[in-house]
Amino acid sequence: MNKSMAKYVVKRIALMIFVFFSILTICFVLVKLLPDTPPAQFGKDMNLILQRRELLGYNKPLIEQYFIFLKRSVLGFDWGISEALYRGQDVWTVFVDKLPNTIMVNVYSMIFSVPLGMALGIYAALKKNRWQDYVISTSVMIFISVPSYVYALLVQYFLCFKLNLFPLQMEPGYDYFSWAMIKSLIPAVLSLGFGSIAAYARYVRAELSEVLTSDFMLLARTKGLTRAQATLRHAMRNSMVPIFPMILGEFVAILSGSLIIEKIFGIPGVGQLYVNSITALDYNFFMLLSAFYTLLGLCSGIVVDISYGFIDPRIRMGER
Amino acid sequence: MAKKIDYTNIPKEKFQFCQQDASIHDKKFDTKPVGYFKDAMIRFCRNKSSVAAACIIAFLLLFAFLVPVFCSNSYSEALTDTTYLQYGKLLPKCEAFAWAGWDGGKDETLTKDRYDYYRAIGVETGMNPIMEVYRENYEDPSSTTKSTYYDVRTDSYTKNGMVYLTLTPSEYEAIQKWQLETGVQVIYPAVNTSSIKIASVKSDANIWYQCTNKGMPKLNKNGEYVPMYKTTGNDGDYNSLRIEGDDGSYRYAVVTGSSTAKSYKVRVFLYNYFQFRYGFEPQFLFGTNNYGQDIITRLASGARFSFLLAISVSAINLFIGAIYGAIEGYYGGIIDLTMERISDILSGIPFIVVTSLFQLHLSRKVGVVPALLFAFVLTGWIGMASRVRMQFYRFKNQEYILAARTLGASDFRLMFKHIFPNAIGTIITGSILVIPSVVYSESNLTYLGIVNLDSSTMTSVGSMLSAGQPLLTTYPHVILFPALFISLMMISFNLFGNGLRDAFNPSLRGTED
Repeated sequence: MNKSMAKYVVKRIALMIFVFFSILTICFVLVKLLPDTPPAQFGKDMNLILQRRELLGYNKPLIEQYFIFLKRSVLGFDWGISEALYRGQDVWTVFVDKLPNTIMVNVYSMIFSVPLGMALGIYAALKKNRWQDYVISTSVMIFISVPSYVYALLVQYFLCFKLNLFPLQMEPGYDYFSWAMIKSLIPAVLSLGFGSIAAYARYVRAELSEVLTSDFMLLARTKGLTRAQATLRHAMRNSMVPIFPMILGEFVAILSGSLIIEKIFGIPGVGQLYVNSITALDYNFFMLLSAFYTLLGLCSGIVVDISYGFIDPRIRMGER
Repeated sequence: MAKKIDYTNIPKEKFQFCQQDASIHDKKFDTKPVGYFKDAMIRFCRNKSSVAAACIIAFLLLFAFLVPVFCSNSYSEALTDTTYLQYGKLLPKCEAFAWAGWDGGKDETLTKDRYDYYRAIGVETGMNPIMEVYRENYEDPSSTTKSTYYDVRTDSYTKNGMVYLTLTPSEYEAIQKWQLETGVQVIYPAVNTSSIKIASVKSDANIWYQCTNKGMPKLNKNGEYVPMYKTTGNDGDYNSLRIEGDDGSYRYAVVTGSSTAKSYKVRVFLYNYFQFRYGFEPQFLFGTNNYGQDIITRLASGARFSFLLAISVSAINLFIGAIYGAIEGYYGGIIDLTMERISDILSGIPFIVVTSLFQLHLSRKVGVVPALLFAFVLTGWIGMASRVRMQFYRFKNQEYILAARTLGASDFRLMFKHIFPNAIGTIITGSILVIPSVVYSESNLTYLGIVNLDSSTMTSVGSMLSAGQPLLTTYPHVILFPALFISLMMISFNLFGNGLRDAFNPSLRGTED
């Protein structure tokens, strides 16, 4: 890693932290402007909630509260306790408890969709402008457009209900690697996967077919490589340059991608928690999850940008 | 030293035309000139899939804007009374396509009790809810209880049969009058239920025959139902159509209340009551939902709302983004840097966080829809701005701009007269592609319930889908049509957008994203 690149990375990260804190501040102020639930409603939990509120500085001026928030919550992982959804429970614990479900579904769908999507894309690029390519490109167009919840409903109706292959909802419990659990996750994984398979296939096809027509491929053939050799050693490597960062970025961003799928298949994940926290007006959850999603989005952007430089040394960082 | 000439005040006489009498040798073009848009149009029309997509979009737009106009009848507006609740979960029916299974029917397996129950409705009213019997009177060996089954197709429009309604005297009169005019029987004779002991059977308006305590019919020797209509008591001088086999002794209503405020409890046949109430036979192209609301009109009004929202978001984004991007790109330097940072920060906020904050804060003050619109606009214009900015960077240093500047064109004129038209292709493509993404996000948000647009007069595709989800296994038609609509719309808009992009920027053809 050379000096200019290090400088670029540091600059990007500094900017990211700045953006993150700006957004966090805006969210904080906006949430604090909303009226708090009167503590009398909480019954026996009233004392607990009042104590925790006192600890987070609810009775102090907003500026002071903000610094307490930064110190306790952002740095100390104490985001208060839930006041509506899981009354009395620690917000951070509930969040950590639910995170594995979301990660599980998304990682499985990624394992399933990346190889398939790439294989389809490569095949389409190699058979460009032949019927195989047309079939793949058309179906990619269709699959990329149809919203993921439509797949979810189709999968739920046909595979789960009509054919009775999978349970309609996710298996409860924490046994993430048991067969029953994996089986109950398959419908969700499938419905998440269709769209991303299409996205990968389209991207790989576009990149690879561009590389395949470039001059150095011709050179590789003239110096005596077979088509397979040339494709594998020269075209594939080059076309992976933009694709790999995309997959990496996706890997970070997937955690935020399955709000609806979680709702449809009853997966007790972070997405559902977020939606519920909005409808139930549970502000502590809302703050934590907003921060979480913001951070994820920013991280995925930065990972994509920086990994370009690592994968392809020709790309100089920080230059336009 | 050269002679100083005053160029500003040259006398008119000193000018003279050159080549006044020489003829011009240029040939006049025979063909018509092809402008930018015409060129794009020609290229667009060559792309068949995009033209097809454009046709589908036109159809969907017509559907969304015309159906609420033409299909709004007394039924879809009748949501103020609760009668429509009786017509929930009716299946799609279209007489022209009844042969294709679009007949409001459903294949079911019934027990003998249920089969007889439905058949009785048919015997009494002449409209049999059992449209077809596939397999009758068989025993299911896998079943633990010993009973016989029927595989039949039932008509969802008639199988609800009768209900008890309590009418005011004027309503009672009106139905009687209507019956005489049209010859359609709405009110059926009251039933003497004194022999039935179980309350749920007693209150079931479909039991008009002698039956056991559990409601199973006691048939006579010929296998016919034995009626047990009321023959005594006051029915408020019923003077209208009588059912077949009535010698004039059947009573058609039970009168309760004092002489000043009488009310009539009658058995009405829902199918015919619908005709009396709304003036046409019930037939719903897309069926009805859980609450008896017509799906086609609701889908169309939801789609209309989505389209209007998307178009206004697109227009506002275009306006803000174009101005912002133009300023960024044209002035560059420190202005560009600061404005870029501002849009960086804004684009870092996840859309879902923006929307929920706006819903929490604004929806009470300005309403749900404007809050949603603001949320879309807050971060939506950034894409447009960066597109415009890029075009400005490309064109602002070109010679013709320098020439225009030398001639004294103002910044504003340079920006919007000379540079901006170059960006028009990408802008049009961008604004069109905003529409499906807005519709998609809006349906997502309403599905999740973060934004709630559902009411008796308004709805959105997302809320229709989420309302239909619990019925997925029993009444899939509730969810089928909204899902079909949104899929079709997304596919055709993406195809259309791609076609437009290829048409405006032929150099980008083939590259995706």
